[in-house]
Amino acid sequence: MGALALGAALLVLLIAAALYLRARPILNARPLRELLLSTAWHPLKGEFGFYPFIMGTLWVTTVAMLIAVPPSLLTAIYLAEYAPPRFLAFAKPLIDLLAGIPSVVYGVWGMLTIVPFVEHTIGPMLSRWLGALGLFRTDNPTGYGVLAGGLVLAVMLFPIIIAVAQEVIQSVPQGLREASLALGATRWQTIQNVVLRRAWPGVMAAVVLGLSRAFGETMAVLMVVGNVAQVPHSIFDAAYPLTALIANNYGEMMSIPLYDAALLCGALILLLIVLAFNTASRLVLVRFLSSG
Amino acid sequence: MKWRKAKLVEGTFKALMLGSVAVVMGSLVLILATVVWKGVAALDLAMLTQVPKGGYYLGKEGGILNAIVGSLYLAGGATVLALVFALPIALYLQFYAARSRRAELVRLALDVLWGVPSIVYGAFGFIIMLWLGMRASLLGGIIALAFLELPIMVRGMDEAIAMVPPALKEASYALGATRLQTAVRVAVRQTAPGLLTAVLLAFGRGIGDAASVLFTAGYTDRLPDSLLSPAASLPLAVFFQLGTPFPAVQERAYASALVLTAIVLALSLLSRRMAGRLAKHVIR
Repeated sequence: MGALALGAALLVLLIAAALYLRARPILNARPLRELLLSTAWHPLKGEFGFYPFIMGTLWVTTVAMLIAVPPSLLTAIYLAEYAPPRFLAFAKPLIDLLAGIPSVVYGVWGMLTIVPFVEHTIGPMLSRWLGALGLFRTDNPTGYGVLAGGLVLAVMLFPIIIAVAQEVIQSVPQGLREASLALGATRWQTIQNVVLRRAWPGVMAAVVLGLSRAFGETMAVLMVVGNVAQVPHSIFDAAYPLTALIANNYGEMMSIPLYDAALLCGALILLLIVLAFNTASRLVLVRFLSSG
Repeated sequence: MKWRKAKLVEGTFKALMLGSVAVVMGSLVLILATVVWKGVAALDLAMLTQVPKGGYYLGKEGGILNAIVGSLYLAGGATVLALVFALPIALYLQFYAARSRRAELVRLALDVLWGVPSIVYGAFGFIIMLWLGMRASLLGGIIALAFLELPIMVRGMDEAIAMVPPALKEASYALGATRLQTAVRVAVRQTAPGLLTAVLLAFGRGIGDAASVLFTAGYTDRLPDSLLSPAASLPLAVFFQLGTPFPAVQERAYASALVLTAIVLALSLLSRRMAGRLAKHVIR
């Protein structure tokens, strides 16, 4: 049993090692700088620049986090501090349900509601009001793009950030709240000045955990983000995240030299980014929740 | 004056919080409503009972039975495979390594594994298959999904077994039972509802995952007849049918999404019900 547990613990390293071994041909053939910073992606010519895809991932993730974090944290605070037990018993299972919906179903939902919404409502509105800023300018005739991907991804992040943040906030000792309330502070003042100040590291960890999940989400994002290999310049531009690149091209990767190594190198880059954020967040959470 | 301002701030934030709760709940309702609304329109009995016939992807006759059966095989096989490893690991964490630094490290590693993107599990499963000289097959998909499910199952079981009251363990030890006997005969029986919940949660995650079976299980219009033949799956059925340019086939993708969502929802309800029923015999 101990050996099994050890094996499970080492699985992450095993995955990273396996990906590295398969990615080595491309890492040997091309300098890392070129792989990470070149925009030329022509597998047939042997050019593998990940830059547009890394930027695609960063754009979609950033937009998703900006949309997801405020409502998630406010919901977590409400559930931990204000919600009556009855409401909690009703709301918790529903939020868990949100976490259980398969990502391909999120993708279908995104295509059916979010993409048209971006195309017909948000797109024209924002580009009319804020079109002077390049960030909101649009020449994309469809709704498929960074914003649609970000919106769908944001909804997928809600349950993850809420669950962890709520647990963190609830773990703040009751005595601290009572002391603050006894001094005449309102409930919100108590939350702001006492609870959140204390829970801050854990709340940040919850956000980072959501971030690492956002990096790795594949199907739902792939279905609404447009998949055009370009560096986006506006939230309405189509993007092509790393995950989508891997998922869309696995079929032909064995028939073009170095292509499989390049795609598995993409998976390795993704894994390393996710591991860094994930491990940092988990370490903070372990320390925070056990210190009580 | 100061008090008034504090009240105003409190009220504002409370409104913002309620608004956020409404946004979160509203998205769930919106997703379910969209999937049901669009899915029901295209769903009929033939979809559930037939495999795709010739020209299915052009809008002709057939159904997605291949994907339904394939998904059940894939997720079922992966759950059994993961269970074989998950239960011993969870028991080890609680009974043999309890509160040790080693257990904390294993838990940390499992939590990190939980966050590994499913496409990476797919790529890893693909590499294993290359090493073994396997082609895209039911077994390949089962292996990749089992990796994906393992951390979910172990952590769920770990938390369930942690609920066993220490007095119960001590009573068992006092009767001369070994750690293994206590773990298997007392703890597993006592926490059966929690363990089952963990298993169903992992199954639900496995059946809904597309990115890890994309590389490993392949896709076929036939029902899988051996572990080494390719297998279709519901998430990929949704994905591929949406990718065709024919509205009639896209409608079927919506129906397939509804079937998948219904299975996941049913699992979630089932685990709640079972947990409640089995918990009746648990000593607290």
